[in-house]
Amino acid sequence: MNTTATVERGRRYLNPYLGGVLLGLVLIAANFVAGRGLGASGAIKSVIVTGMEAIAPDASAGSGFVQEFRDSHEGSPMKTWLVFQMLGVIVGGFLSGTMAGRLKLKVEHNPKITSKRRLIFALAGGILFGFGSQLGRGCTSGAALSGMAVLSLGGFITMMAIFGTAFALAYFVRRNWI
Amino acid sequence: MGPLAVNEFISENTNLFLAFIIGIGFGWVLESSGFSSSRKLAGVFYGYDTVVLKVFFTAAITAMLGLLFMSLFGWIDLNWVYVNPTFLTSAIVGGVVMGAGFILGGFCPGTSFCAASIGKIDGMVFIIGLFIGVFLFGIGYDIWDELYMAKYLGEPKVSEALGMRDGVFGLLLILAAVGMFFVAEWAEKKFPREEY
Repeated sequence: MNTTATVERGRRYLNPYLGGVLLGLVLIAANFVAGRGLGASGAIKSVIVTGMEAIAPDASAGSGFVQEFRDSHEGSPMKTWLVFQMLGVIVGGFLSGTMAGRLKLKVEHNPKITSKRRLIFALAGGILFGFGSQLGRGCTSGAALSGMAVLSLGGFITMMAIFGTAFALAYFVRRNWI
Repeated sequence: MGPLAVNEFISENTNLFLAFIIGIGFGWVLESSGFSSSRKLAGVFYGYDTVVLKVFFTAAITAMLGLLFMSLFGWIDLNWVYVNPTFLTSAIVGGVVMGAGFILGGFCPGTSFCAASIGKIDGMVFIIGLFIGVFLFGIGYDIWDELYMAKYLGEPKVSEALGMRDGVFGLLLILAAVGMFFVAEWAEKKFPREEY
């Protein structure tokens, strides 16, 4: 095992505890400014609602999914807090990656599997996560992390369900990762 | 004073502008901590890299403690802060589906955008999957509507559910997090894996 390379590459990342404190401060800022936490899947929902209303306005008007969104949002679904926040995430991620010299177009995968296999699993995982985030009313950011910060019971339950399930299934897909 | 937008200290547009700035901070911290790498994210489930656990729980206790203190100092009125509602069934089932997506895909939604922003194609494909998943939920809404709305408990705090004061629960959560950090540090030494 090449431990020196591991350590050297690891150094380019922030200390995880410092990263955690900074992320906590960002989350406090979100609550202080907007009275709500961070999120990610909500922005995707905005895009999907926009698309559904544009392509099939009549069907969308009768859709429970769109109605539920419309109960709490007026105007354009794209003019929402989480859409702007997610645009910032893309910029922030890009800035950090640029400064650390990590910009590279590639499929990151375990050398023991093909990149095709990695991408198929990434697509399947994305579909499940997208679906689950709607059912669970938020993803790791919006439901679990932001929910825990405001001591939401639902946030704690969703967090345990996400991490518990991933742990329980880890053995079956170990070839993808280790 | 806070929340600024709810108390109309800032306009709606200023709020959206600040969302963008806060998003930059969010993306920057995630990427800098290594969350743009599915290898590092999945590592927590095999013990070789526990950065997810360390960052996630440090952030949760920092934010929780910060908000409790800010409330104590009168800087923020927590009555105006959104507390996620609890729909027990969907919180569990949704979490289980997300957990499966996490271990298969190696990302969660926020981290996949960070990965895509620095050129990870697996992150971009995961995002395509996210859109498909949300769309499927949307078009089939009537099928799972009942499950989605089942067992609504209001907006309870976990501290209330356990019959504790917020501060006491906060202290216990911090102690639990510190315990997990020790296990995490031990696991990384016990289950090292080669970088790729």
